[in-house]
Amino acid sequence: MDFLIFQVPMLTVQAVLDGLLLGILFALIAYGMALQWGVMNIINIAQGDLVILGGYIAYFMYLYGIHPAWGVIVSPIIMYFVGVIIYKLVINKVVDRDLFISILATFGISILFMQLMNFAFGADVVLANSGYGTTMLFDNSVTLPNSKIFSAFISIVFAIGLVIYMKKSKLGRAIRATAQNARAAKILGVDTEKVYAATFGINAALCGVAGALISITFTIHPYMGLPYTIRSFMIVIVAGLGNLPGVAISGMGLGVFEEFADYILGTEFRIGSVFLLLVLILVYRRFKLSKKREYLK
Amino acid sequence: MNKNIILYAAILIFGIAAPFVFPAFKVQLSILCILIILAITWNVQGGEMGYNTFGNILFYGLGMYLCASVQVGMFFPLAEWTEGGGEKTFVHTPAQFFQGFAVGLAVAAIVPAIVAGLIGYSILGLRGHYFAICTLGLGVAAGEISGGIEIIGAGQGFTTPPFPKVGSLEARGEFFYFCSFAVLIFTFLAVKAIYSTRFKLVLNAIRDNEDKAEAMGIQTMKYKIIGWMISAFFCGLAGGIMGGLVGYIDSTDVAFDGREMGVFMVLMAILGGKGTLWGPVIGATVFHIFKEGFWTFFLGWQYVALGVLIVVIVIYFPEGIMGWLREKYPERFGEVVDEADRKAQVQLK
Repeated sequence: MDFLIFQVPMLTVQAVLDGLLLGILFALIAYGMALQWGVMNIINIAQGDLVILGGYIAYFMYLYGIHPAWGVIVSPIIMYFVGVIIYKLVINKVVDRDLFISILATFGISILFMQLMNFAFGADVVLANSGYGTTMLFDNSVTLPNSKIFSAFISIVFAIGLVIYMKKSKLGRAIRATAQNARAAKILGVDTEKVYAATFGINAALCGVAGALISITFTIHPYMGLPYTIRSFMIVIVAGLGNLPGVAISGMGLGVFEEFADYILGTEFRIGSVFLLLVLILVYRRFKLSKKREYLK
Repeated sequence: MNKNIILYAAILIFGIAAPFVFPAFKVQLSILCILIILAITWNVQGGEMGYNTFGNILFYGLGMYLCASVQVGMFFPLAEWTEGGGEKTFVHTPAQFFQGFAVGLAVAAIVPAIVAGLIGYSILGLRGHYFAICTLGLGVAAGEISGGIEIIGAGQGFTTPPFPKVGSLEARGEFFYFCSFAVLIFTFLAVKAIYSTRFKLVLNAIRDNEDKAEAMGIQTMKYKIIGWMISAFFCGLAGGIMGGLVGYIDSTDVAFDGREMGVFMVLMAILGGKGTLWGPVIGATVFHIFKEGFWTFFLGWQYVALGVLIVVIVIYFPEGIMGWLREKYPERFGEVVDEADRKAQVQLK
């Protein structure tokens, strides 16, 4: 085994740290997906494209001379309304239908968004430079961009804020009630239509935050959405719906896995390995459940 | 029965005459044939069996790469071919070309079917949306991975052997058209024959209620795998021909093109009507005409149109053209209609 990563032990530390910080971002996106999956029973293929759109909002602020970190505030606000509009136009017509219909419909939205972003922002890979510098650890052998630490910190703040909001606020309780039993919630006076719209909006806003952070720390490109969708789907099925610590842990695990795959297999197989991991996880769960004569539901 | 024979004869005559009547549309007609094949094969899976897959693109791309690789590899070293950009250093004689293409097509059909059989047991144990997402992952992973493999051209693509000139005759368009048309007829007849057997009923039983079908003593897994293998067989064939037709294979833009072909085949089957024999054929034809119109007049906006089209079809037209016809003229579909009952239902609505 002459992989570089095994010869230089510090690279392992580097990969783990990078992976953890990246994984927190994935967990934030996955949290949004788990929220709307749990409440509305919809799998949103356009999740990743919402992330990229959020990233472009931050990038545009950067282009116009505003520090991109403000995107963390602006992008979710804009994305909330984008999410509500998508809900009103498309999602509310597929909520009660077969899941495959929602997958296909959001696939259409995803293609639409991809192409519109391609027109609006061009097909170049861009990033918003935050100018935060880097931190050197372990005698300068591990480099850690401060923007990554910043993004991980902001993600945790948003995640904790949302958890508290879901527990305490009226809307949060309405959302949780609808997730448990939409019909009963309706009888008790919850306007489920509004709750659904708000849920989708909150999901889009979370994507906006994550996107803004991704545009600061990594790069964005109009066609990069689908991998983020697949990652968040994977995190949700590993952790299960409504299991927040699980989402955080499996998100970070996925981040570390990706960094190692990047070092060992090479960057060109990075996305491929993510998709293959999804297939492997699903197949593993399928065999485990089939011993009890059950299947993934 | 007589009407059917006239219909089939008319289609056959049109199919044979088409490239000579509309010589400018030869390539378009060949692509139409391929699209119809893909829609029919998707329908075997998604329509009849109820396993909505995004992953049949895997077999299509596999067939494409296999056909071209075999065609080249039978006579020349494959690695040098892809490295040198192909046709400049090595030239197929006509005999070599056709021989290679025939063997390539056979491999392109059989290997994907075997692959489907091998992965079928693992993947088909998933149900509903897990199956859909898993196959989506398979398709994209295949594209990403094949884009990293050197011997089939990696990121720079793979040029398929150029069509040889026989004497002074240049018949590339005709050749690929008749290839795809022949495969289309083969596919249609094969699927029609399958649909008249017990096999189709089993697939429908799986679609309607898999647990109950199993409880009735049907080995559902066996039938699911065979159904997927049939899909893969014809998908591979279609891919092989498409590779030759396009002349250039790129991992994510031509072969494992989940964003285009992978969605097209789902969309065409749904547009025409899932779970019918003629639905995918009609759906693919309508879709292709619509798509070409858009691609020509709204160049650049085609994906925007495609995205909107998917949303509109899925939300407002999930039963498809055949479903709509069936609701309108149930007598034509052999359903016995009780007038009084029908009126009562209309009133209830």
